[in-house]
Amino acid sequence: MSNEIRGDVTYRIRRFDPDRDAAPRWQESRIPALPGMTVLDGLWKIKETTDPSLSWRSSCRMGVCGSCGMLINGRARLACNTQISELGSAIVAVAPLPNFHIIRDLVPDLSPMFTAHAALSPFVIREDAAEQENPSGEFGQTPHELEQYLQFTFCIKCGCCMAACPTYATDPAYSGPMPLAQAHRYNTDTRDGGFRKRREALAGEAGPWRCHYAGECSRVCPKGVDPARAIQLMKRQLVLDYLRLWRPRRPAAIIPAPAEVRRRPDVPEPPARTV
Amino acid sequence: MMRDQKLWTWHVVAGLVVLVFLGLHMTIMHLDEVIPAASLNPQGGHPIDWANVAARGKTLFFPITYVVLLGAALFHGLYGFRNILFELNPPGALKRVLGWLLALAGLGLFAIGTWAAIAAHRVALLA
Repeated sequence: MSNEIRGDVTYRIRRFDPDRDAAPRWQESRIPALPGMTVLDGLWKIKETTDPSLSWRSSCRMGVCGSCGMLINGRARLACNTQISELGSAIVAVAPLPNFHIIRDLVPDLSPMFTAHAALSPFVIREDAAEQENPSGEFGQTPHELEQYLQFTFCIKCGCCMAACPTYATDPAYSGPMPLAQAHRYNTDTRDGGFRKRREALAGEAGPWRCHYAGECSRVCPKGVDPARAIQLMKRQLVLDYLRLWRPRRPAAIIPAPAEVRRRPDVPEPPARTV
Repeated sequence: MMRDQKLWTWHVVAGLVVLVFLGLHMTIMHLDEVIPAASLNPQGGHPIDWANVAARGKTLFFPITYVVLLGAALFHGLYGFRNILFELNPPGALKRVLGWLLALAGLGLFAIGTWAAIAAHRVALLA
């Protein structure tokens, strides 16, 4: 690769210890950059060899858990999903995600994001609670209906979109791209019947109205989700709802398991349900 | 609380109204040689010649469109301005004051503009 970094790289890490520091400060460390090394690997190297007090969140190391969102060379990314070589620089500047309070070093306080997320009821809402507990069949949904919200289910709640959003940076009443995209994901799910409940929150200041469509949330999303699109689609849905030009559909009905089907002798029985 | 849903919807509707009536305005004022409609400039010459302005003002259609365009433009513009001000993250009490000030400014300007449109219609009828 042409942008392969050979030799050492310098990590500029934004440090903050609330018990000791009045304000965040920058600390530099030099480590050897090895082929295939991620930014997270570099942080581990520094913690193991230079400064054991360095703090951050990480877990899966494969871009699935969403724990290691950080501001890396000016862009919100997952540290585990970012190779040092792809930065194209011998300096790796690492800071906590902006738009959140810092708990310590690279650990942001994501609780406002999750509070906003929970306030928009990000789950399937139906009246047949008993059926959800003890399903007698599947809720019918076509592949086309699935495609309407599928990409939004890939969200791992890492907070990169929230850190990149210029509106969330200034307006604390705005829910932000992640919670809004997830609300749209459930509003669009044909198995769901919770639009009216979510509308109570979305129709007010917490809703999508302050979004300028800067599109930064979609640009930085490490999972390729397009929250900006979800927010514009949500605006359209709510405008049509206000004008009485659109009505939420009834949640998908249950498709009972076929009764007249005989199992082929070479197909084994499924394991017993455990949940 | 549907307040923002309602305001945004009317913001979009007002934008569409502005688009249509501003299109009409541009057609009359700047495309008179491309679309020479006798009903828009009955006296010939330039669209803002007094004879043409008076001829258009005699009909009810034009004063009504002036008032509708004025209302739509004021609502669309002032709501957008309110959003910009709110992005500065003022405290809740100041937000309410700003909202009321902008609403009063909009109503005042709308009243003056409506009065001017009616007055122009009456002058045109006398011309």
